[in-house]
Amino acid sequence: MLDVAVSYNQYKFLGYEFLTWLWFVMENQQEILKESDKELVSLDIGNCIVLENNKNDSTESITIKGDKAGLEEGILSLQKGAVVTELNLIYKAGNNEWRFNIKGESLNISSLKTPETGPVETKEDIEGILLEKVFLYEKIFVLMNNLYKHFISLRVTNRWEKDVVPSIRKWIAS
Amino acid sequence: MGILSSSVSVTRYKVKSNLEKPVLEKVYNGLTQNAIQEIDDNHLEKIVGWTSFENPYIPDFEGSSFVIGPYLVFSMRLDRKSIPPKVIQKHYAIEMARQLEKSGRKYLSRNEKKSIKDHVIDVLSLRIPATPNIYDLIWNMEESWLWFFSNLKAANEELETLFSKSFRLSLVRLFPYTTADLMSGLSDADRDLLLQLSPTKFTE
Repeated sequence: MLDVAVSYNQYKFLGYEFLTWLWFVMENQQEILKESDKELVSLDIGNCIVLENNKNDSTESITIKGDKAGLEEGILSLQKGAVVTELNLIYKAGNNEWRFNIKGESLNISSLKTPETGPVETKEDIEGILLEKVFLYEKIFVLMNNLYKHFISLRVTNRWEKDVVPSIRKWIAS
Repeated sequence: MGILSSSVSVTRYKVKSNLEKPVLEKVYNGLTQNAIQEIDDNHLEKIVGWTSFENPYIPDFEGSSFVIGPYLVFSMRLDRKSIPPKVIQKHYAIEMARQLEKSGRKYLSRNEKKSIKDHVIDVLSLRIPATPNIYDLIWNMEESWLWFFSNLKAANEELETLFSKSFRLSLVRLFPYTTADLMSGLSDADRDLLLQLSPTKFTE
């Protein structure tokens, strides 16, 4: 395997492409989301999108904040050649809701809020609540792993250039 | 930031290879031999070590208390003394004046000044308690994954070093390349293709 520092920097574009593709999938191919999680009710963009545009040796960062983060501005940035570097997402399953940020370059999850668990009142409660929390965190990690796996399986084949990229281009231009 | 907080940040790792049997004894030894030590009464400015999830200020790993269900749950504690620069500046100026008066000279050499500054920091380090920072982790040995509840670069680097020293196992951080390489079920041919990928242009 490649050196960690080298592979982190050299292939962080895969994380940016994954988030850009994910936005496209959320808008156009909901069936991929359902395949990745049978209990999924919805996966939507929350209150933040961060994009980055590298042109003429300089990097421009665009942050769009607010509920229902301005999708039009985001699309406009994509039209200018930007890629998504960070997303705030809202995942719903059953009557429950999770919110979290995912960063493209590291795939790190931050500000993850799960549905509420019971209160910790005694020492004995801790074990049960902890196991419940792990279960709730795992829902997000499994969902993201499955989606990333789907993305990578497309990315290493010629379907990426032949089918996926033209569809994303069409969506961006529309 | 803890596992039970209302909002968490998580860095995910793959644990390379497995511990030899008896596994729980190996984990216990790794934890106790590298448990956090108090530095309030000595000159050390920083220390890192393991502590227990339920009682991070009094590490206790007895009775397999670090096993919860199928997981190993414990915490990394990073204690650091941070002396405000203005406090150092004040005591440095006082000590400099004292040394000048004592020696009857007008100036001190660069080495003397450095030695005074080091002495001031040493003395202050004994008087200022270390601030503890606690980072929880969950280790699933059966599935060889570990979640570390922080995205801070420095904390993650400390974790990787301490984990390797304690258990002689390496942690591989899961970011776009390593997730594709280790977690996406790619064939050898696909992994070769992965190495050759270059960025896509989404605009024509």
